[in-house]
Amino acid sequence: MSKAPFMPPQGSSFAGQVDLLYLFLVGISLFFSLLIAGLIVYLAVRYKRRSPRDIGVPIHGSGVLEIAWSVIPLVIMLGSFVWGTMLFFHLSRPPADAVEYFAVGKQWMWKFQHPDGTREINTLHLPVGQPVKVTLTSEDVIHDLFVPAFRVKMDVLPARYSTIWFEPVRVGTYHLFCAEYCGAEHSRMGGWIVVQEPEDYERWLAGERGQENRLASPEDLFKRFACESCHRTDSVARAPQLAGLFGKQVRFKDGSAIVADDNYILESILKPNEKIVAGYQPIMPTFQGQMSQEEALALVRYVRGLEAGK
Amino acid sequence: MANPQPLLATHFDTLDQQRESASLGMWVFLITEVMFFGGLFTAYIVYRSRLHGLFDYGSHELNVTLGAINTIVLICSSFTMAIAVRASQLGDRRTLVRFLVLTMLLGLTFLGIKAVEYQEKFVHHLVPGPHFQWHGPQPRQIEMFFSLYFAMTGLHALHMIVGVGLILWLLPRSAKGFYGPDYHHPIECFGLYWHFVDIVWIFLFPLLYLLGRSHFVG
Amino acid sequence: MPSTERAVLETEDYINADYNIKSWLLTTDHKRIAVLYLISVTLFFLIGGLFAVLIRLELLTPQGDLMQSDTYNRVFTMHGVTMVFFFLIPSIPTVLGNFLVPMMVGARDLAFPKVNLASWYVFNLAGMFTLYAMFAGGVDTGWTFYTPYSTTYSNTHVVATGLGVFIAGFSSIMTGLNFIVTIHRMRAPGLTWFRLPLFLWAHYATSLVMILGTPVIAITTLLLAVERGFKIGIFDPNLGGDPVLFQHLFWFYSHPAVYIMVLPAMGVISELIAAFARKPVFGYKIVAASSMSIAILGFLVWGHHMFVSGQSVYAATVFSVLSMLVAVPSAVKVFNWTATLYKGSVSFETPMLYALGFIGLFTVGGLTGVMLATLGLDVHVHDTYFVVAHFHYIMVGGTIMAYLGGLHFWWPKMSGRLYPQFWSRLSALIIFVGFNLTFFPQFLLGYMGMPRRYHVYPEEFQVLHVLSSAGASILGVGYILPVFYLTWSMRYGPRASANPWGATGLEWQTSSPPPTHNFLETPVVTTDAYHYSEEVTVG
Repeated sequence: MSKAPFMPPQGSSFAGQVDLLYLFLVGISLFFSLLIAGLIVYLAVRYKRRSPRDIGVPIHGSGVLEIAWSVIPLVIMLGSFVWGTMLFFHLSRPPADAVEYFAVGKQWMWKFQHPDGTREINTLHLPVGQPVKVTLTSEDVIHDLFVPAFRVKMDVLPARYSTIWFEPVRVGTYHLFCAEYCGAEHSRMGGWIVVQEPEDYERWLAGERGQENRLASPEDLFKRFACESCHRTDSVARAPQLAGLFGKQVRFKDGSAIVADDNYILESILKPNEKIVAGYQPIMPTFQGQMSQEEALALVRYVRGLEAGK
Repeated sequence: MANPQPLLATHFDTLDQQRESASLGMWVFLITEVMFFGGLFTAYIVYRSRLHGLFDYGSHELNVTLGAINTIVLICSSFTMAIAVRASQLGDRRTLVRFLVLTMLLGLTFLGIKAVEYQEKFVHHLVPGPHFQWHGPQPRQIEMFFSLYFAMTGLHALHMIVGVGLILWLLPRSAKGFYGPDYHHPIECFGLYWHFVDIVWIFLFPLLYLLGRSHFVG
Repeated sequence: MPSTERAVLETEDYINADYNIKSWLLTTDHKRIAVLYLISVTLFFLIGGLFAVLIRLELLTPQGDLMQSDTYNRVFTMHGVTMVFFFLIPSIPTVLGNFLVPMMVGARDLAFPKVNLASWYVFNLAGMFTLYAMFAGGVDTGWTFYTPYSTTYSNTHVVATGLGVFIAGFSSIMTGLNFIVTIHRMRAPGLTWFRLPLFLWAHYATSLVMILGTPVIAITTLLLAVERGFKIGIFDPNLGGDPVLFQHLFWFYSHPAVYIMVLPAMGVISELIAAFARKPVFGYKIVAASSMSIAILGFLVWGHHMFVSGQSVYAATVFSVLSMLVAVPSAVKVFNWTATLYKGSVSFETPMLYALGFIGLFTVGGLTGVMLATLGLDVHVHDTYFVVAHFHYIMVGGTIMAYLGGLHFWWPKMSGRLYPQFWSRLSALIIFVGFNLTFFPQFLLGYMGMPRRYHVYPEEFQVLHVLSSAGASILGVGYILPVFYLTWSMRYGPRASANPWGATGLEWQTSSPPPTHNFLETPVVTTDAYHYSEEVTVG
C-alpha cells in the first residue's frame, strides 16, 4: 500500500481531504516562513552597519502596508477557517446509512461492540466501504479514540455519549490510540482497526458468533430490568409513555423542556431524578452500576426505536 | 486639626501621586477579586441552570430571614464606612474612630449571624462530606449545591474577617490622628475594599437564597 | 570594604550599596528584587530542564525501558508545571520587567515596592509547595489536571501541586498590579503614552491579562483541591458534576496565560530590533495596539483547546474564527519588525541574533497555530506531537529566546559588566540549531499520529524521536554555556559604560549598574521612543 512520507495511510473516505487541507496550510506556512526568513536575511545584510556611529533612517510607518499585511493574512486565515469548518461539519455528521457500533473506553483498554452484539477487546474488525458510526463512552476518566489513518479523533467521556464516524476505504490494519491522558498505562491503551473485504468480515463475524460472547436482546433487557413494570403501554399512571418518546418534546416539573434524544434517555436510566417529567413523582430508581454500558446502550436504542401507537 | 504625618514614600514625587496610585492599585485588586468570585459564580450558575430546578430544594433550606438581616447589616456597615471615609478626609478624628468601630461591630454581627447559619446546617447534616444527609431526590446534586454555598459564602466570610482585621490595624492609627485632608488614602482604599465585600454579598444573597423560592413545590 | 577599592568606584550603585544578605532579602529596590527573581527562575528552569532531559532520554527507544509508566507520567507533568508556572510565566516580567519598568518610565521604583518584595516571597513559597510535591513522589495528571482523573483517580500529590500553582498565581497578580499602577501614575514629565517604549506597552498588556485571568485559575485549582480533599462532585460525573466544566475554567485562564508568556517576549524583541537597527520600530502605534488587541482577543479563544471534547460544533466554529482573528496582531508585529530592518543600521551582537532567531521561530510557531485553529485539521492533530511542537516553537523558540536576548542586552546595565561576544554568539547559534533539530521532527511525528504523553510508541516513530533527542542534547549545551560566561563576567568581564550599545531609552541615561534611586534627577522626556539623533554616542 503506497503511502506518502510522514503521513499515515489514507484509510478513510475523508483522509484525503484532511491531507489536502494540511498540505495547503503547510504550503502557506512554508511560503510565509521563507518570505520572512528571506527578508530578514536580505535586509540585515543589505543594511549592515558600515561605521560604528551610523544610525538608521527613521521611517515611522505606512498605513497602506499595515492594512495590506493585516488584511491579506486575515483573508488567507479566514479561507482556511471556512475550508476547515466545512470539513469539520462533514466529519461531525454521520450519513444516515452508517452502521452503528459501540465503544467503551476504560483504564486501559477499549471494548468494542458490533451491531449484532459481537464484542472485541482492543481490536475492531470492519468491512471496507461501509460507513460506520461509533458511539463512545467511558467507564472512568476521559479517554479519546484516535485513528490516525482515518484522521478521526473524539474524546470519550464518563456518563455521556459522544460519536465519531468514518468510512474505511482501504483494506488493512491501522493503529488506534488513546489520545487523552488517562493515567498509568495511557501509552499502552492502543489497538488495531482491521479493515477487511466484506466476505472476509462476514466470515470472521460468523466465527465469533459461535462463541458465548453475546449480549441479551433489548427486549430481554427491558424485561430483566423491570422497565415494563412502570413504563407500560396500557397506562401512563406511574411512568411516562416510552413509545414515540424519541424526538418528542418533554416538559419538566420546573417548567423547562427539551427534545428527547439519546443522551436524555441514557440520563433517565442512570440519573432518573436529574429531570423530573411534569406531572410525575421522582420515584424511578437509578440503574447506575446495575447494568453495563453496553446494556444501557442497547436499551437506549430500543427506546429510540419504539414507535408511537405500539 | 493640623495634618500630622504626610508619610510621603521616597519613590513618589507628590502626595497626590501617592494617593492616586494607592487608589488605582486598590481598584485593580478589586477587579482581580471580581474574577476570583466570578469563577465560583460561573460554576454555580452553570449547575443551577443545568439541573432544572433541583437547586431550589437547596435554596429552600437556607434561612432567608437571617440572610435578609445580614444584608441589611452589611448595607448599614457600608454606610458607616462611607461616613468614616468622609471623616478621614476632614480630619475629624473622633467621627472616624467611632464609625470605624461601628463598621467593625456590624461586620462582626454579620459574621456572628453567619456562624449561626453554619451551625444550623451542621445540625441538619447539610455540610458536604461524610456526614451529609439528604432524604429528598438526587442527594449528590444537593450536596453540590451546599458545596458551592459553603465555598461562596465561606470565601466571602473570609474576606469579611480580613476586613475586620484591617479595621483593627487602622483603629490605633486613626485614634492617633494619622489621617487628615493631606493623607487619608489608607481609609479610602479600605473603604473601597469594604464596599466591594458588601457588593459581593448583594449578589450572593439573591443567587443563593432567593432564586426559585416562588417555584418551590413541596 | 577597604578604602582603596572604594576610591576606584565612581558612584555607589544598587549592588554595592550594601553587601549584607539581609539588605538583599529585605530589599524594596526593584532592581535587587529583579536579581532575586533571576536566581529563582534560573533554578526552576534547571529543574524543568532536568525533567526534559529525562523525557527525551526515555523517548530514544520505543519501549518504556528507562522508566516505569508511573514515573514517566510524573516526569512530563512536572516538566510542564515547572516550566509553565515557574519559568515561562514569571521570567521576563519579574526579571526584566521588574528591573526596567521603573527605569523606562523615569521613576525611582515601582508603585508598591513592598508588594514587589512580597511577590518574590510568595513565588518561592509556591515553589516550595511544588517542590515538596515533587520530592514526596510527584504528580502525574499532566500540567492540565483534567478531571475526573485528577480529582478521583490519580494517587499522586495533586493537592500540593495545585496549591503551589494557586499561590504562584498571587505572585503573578501582585506583579501585574504593580506594573499597571506604575505605568499609569509614575511616568516622568513629558512621557506620554505614545512615547512609551514598546517594552512597556507589552508589559502593560501582559499585566492586564495577569490580573484578569489569574484569579480564574486560582479558583479552579481551589475547587480541584476541595473536590479531591472532600470528595465533593463539582467536576466528577459520578458525584453529579461535569468534567468538561473543569476544562472551560482551566483554559479560560490557561489560554490567556500563553499570552502572558509571549507578550513580554514581543516587548523585548521590539527593543532589540530598534536598538540594533538604530531606528524606531516601524509602525510603532500599530505594534502598541497589537499588544493590547492580543491581550483582549486572547480571552475569547479558550475553546480551541476543546474542539474534540464533545461540545457543540457551533461553539467550535466560533472559537475557530476568533482564533484566526487573534493571529492577525501577531502577524502584524512580525511584519513590522522585519520592516524595521529596512534602511536600518544593522549590527549582529548577541541580543540581535536572539531577536532575529525569535522572529523566524515565532513565525513558524504562529503559523502552525493557525493550522491547529483550523477545525477539520485539528481533529487529526489534536493531542499529538504536532501540538507539542507548536507550543515549544512559541515558548522555547519564542519566549526563551527573547528572554535570553533581553538578558544579554540588559546584562551590562544590570551587572555593570560586559560578557565575551564570541561565547555568547556561539551559544545563540547552538541554541538555534539544537532547538530546530529537537522540535521540527515533532511536527512530522504529530501528523503521523504520535500521541502526546506517551512513553511507549510504535517503532515506526523512532527515527524522528532519536533526531529530536539528539537536538535536545545540543540545545542543552546552548543553555548551559550562558550560565558559565555570564557568571564569569560578573567578576572578570570588562566594566560597562552607561550605554554600551548606543541605544535610546531612559535606562541607558544612567550608570551601569544604576544607583539605587535610578536617576540623580527625575528625567524629562521630550522625544518619541527610539529617537536616534544624528550620531550615536556609545558610552
